[in-house]
Amino acid sequence: MTTAPVGAISATEVIVSVAARELAGKGRVFAGVGLPTLAVDLAKRTSNPDVELIYESGVCGAHPAAMAEGIADSVVVSGAESVVSMSALFGYVLQGGNVDVGFLGAAQIDRYGSLNTSIIGDWDKPTVRLPGAGGAVEIMPNAGEIFVVMRRHDPSAFPAELDFCTSPSPVRARAAGDGIMPRGRGVTKVFTNLGVLSRQGPFDELELVSVHEGVTVDDVRAQTGWELKVADDLTVTAPPTGEEIHLLRDVIDKVRLYLR
Amino acid sequence: MAMSKVVSMAEAIGTYVEDGMTVCLEGFSHLISFAAAHEIIRQQRQNLTLCRMTPDIVSDQLVAAGCVTKLVASFFASGSAGSLHELRRRIEHHDPVALEVEEYSHYGMVCRYQAGAARLPFFPLRSYAGSDLPRLNPRIRLVDDPYGEGTVYVVPPLNPDVTIVHAQRADRHGNVQIWGISGVQQEAVYAAGTAIVVVEEIVDDEVVRSDPSRTLIPSHAVDAVVVCPRGAHPSYVQGYYDRDCAFYRRWTAISKDSALLQAWLKEWIHGTANHDEYLDKLGGDYWNDLAVEPRFSEPVDYGSRK
Repeated sequence: MTTAPVGAISATEVIVSVAARELAGKGRVFAGVGLPTLAVDLAKRTSNPDVELIYESGVCGAHPAAMAEGIADSVVVSGAESVVSMSALFGYVLQGGNVDVGFLGAAQIDRYGSLNTSIIGDWDKPTVRLPGAGGAVEIMPNAGEIFVVMRRHDPSAFPAELDFCTSPSPVRARAAGDGIMPRGRGVTKVFTNLGVLSRQGPFDELELVSVHEGVTVDDVRAQTGWELKVADDLTVTAPPTGEEIHLLRDVIDKVRLYLR
Repeated sequence: MAMSKVVSMAEAIGTYVEDGMTVCLEGFSHLISFAAAHEIIRQQRQNLTLCRMTPDIVSDQLVAAGCVTKLVASFFASGSAGSLHELRRRIEHHDPVALEVEEYSHYGMVCRYQAGAARLPFFPLRSYAGSDLPRLNPRIRLVDDPYGEGTVYVVPPLNPDVTIVHAQRADRHGNVQIWGISGVQQEAVYAAGTAIVVVEEIVDDEVVRSDPSRTLIPSHAVDAVVVCPRGAHPSYVQGYYDRDCAFYRRWTAISKDSALLQAWLKEWIHGTANHDEYLDKLGGDYWNDLAVEPRFSEPVDYGSRK
């Protein structure tokens, strides 16, 4: 495990800080495994103290006293407003349309925001067997919108074609035409180590809306497997504040579980 | 009232778990019955189909021990703690042999247990439109909506031969009380042919009946009750002991090396006769770091008609 030298800010810290700011004003947020857990913790302490944290383990209205080391950690249960069964959580809370933002990670994302969390390479004998669907297949169509964190922005993670589509965008769902159509907009924000991508309507493409300090548009285009759209009003990402870094390093993730 | 269903772990596994069975071992990070899995390993069961939403390191152990030939699941990692390398070796390299996998999403698995518990032929859900999962797993199927336009994906019932769950407490008849994350334990028990419940402690009938709303699994659904304190280690039991996160992190290194993993099984499972010996081997001081501060709920008043 490496610790960033004092003063140097890691890509992970940028991703989490920017994501936490984008959670301002959001009502109910369903946080997935990994960096989303860290970002919602930071948001609750900074941009959005009133955010209702929902975890797929069944916890609604979590008030963790310490950083959750997982979505079913005992600290998300102690002092929570509600703990329901998983049939109620997925069936009523999520499918019932009560979640505003779903917050996910993925190994691959395509231009419309479809996600692969299952397989890299051949389906029968994969090069890498990824963790799989979990609840992401349910979160994608049923949450109002989806935020995604991608630690590594490169052509293999942002390919023209996914190796496997675990959680489809509304574009892909409509093209397939089978089953019940999604109610949400799909992915609206993608936070990467290079910048931030955004989608407006449910059938739009991702476009680059900001680049992190020291990153150029050409850098991002070179690391994206399709011809990436760039917003007319592209900005440079505001770097993490001293307060955000202090909270992340000294208060929230003291054991460096996520800040790797 | 019915007789006591309390039996030893060795007796419960010996009586109810047979080679070739479909065994469900549920518990979503919380209340994973490691002690029961370890007894299955000690008794060297084979050709089991293991059903778990989140396989967890308990599946890595059961697969590495040669007990499991098929896994029915919806997530293949150990939460934020990392990869399950025995599973990955089996799936990516067929090393030493391939593991058959039947894969769903989390809610797909929940719906399978719900259909199983209610003895329904299938269960519909809003998921899977445009996903590759139904192509990977043809048991996820599409049916016409009988009441409206369009189609809906459905999943088949899951009816395990045996379901094993862990809980905080039960009475000797098998009325099981769970608090904290309860996952799909209720559905998985009702879906099963037989159900074994492992508990931290047996309490008097009056304790259970003082708070009946906390009884998530009534005794009529339970065949055997095993008393096994700390039987969920290294997972956790809300209010009793915390998750052994350090062990979960260590597991990544253990499972990455097949020889290390086999040596771990030999030392900690085959090398201990039962869970008491496993606990002795860990030592009493081990639990200092896993202790939790008490945080009692306020009692509620159920009232009593005058």
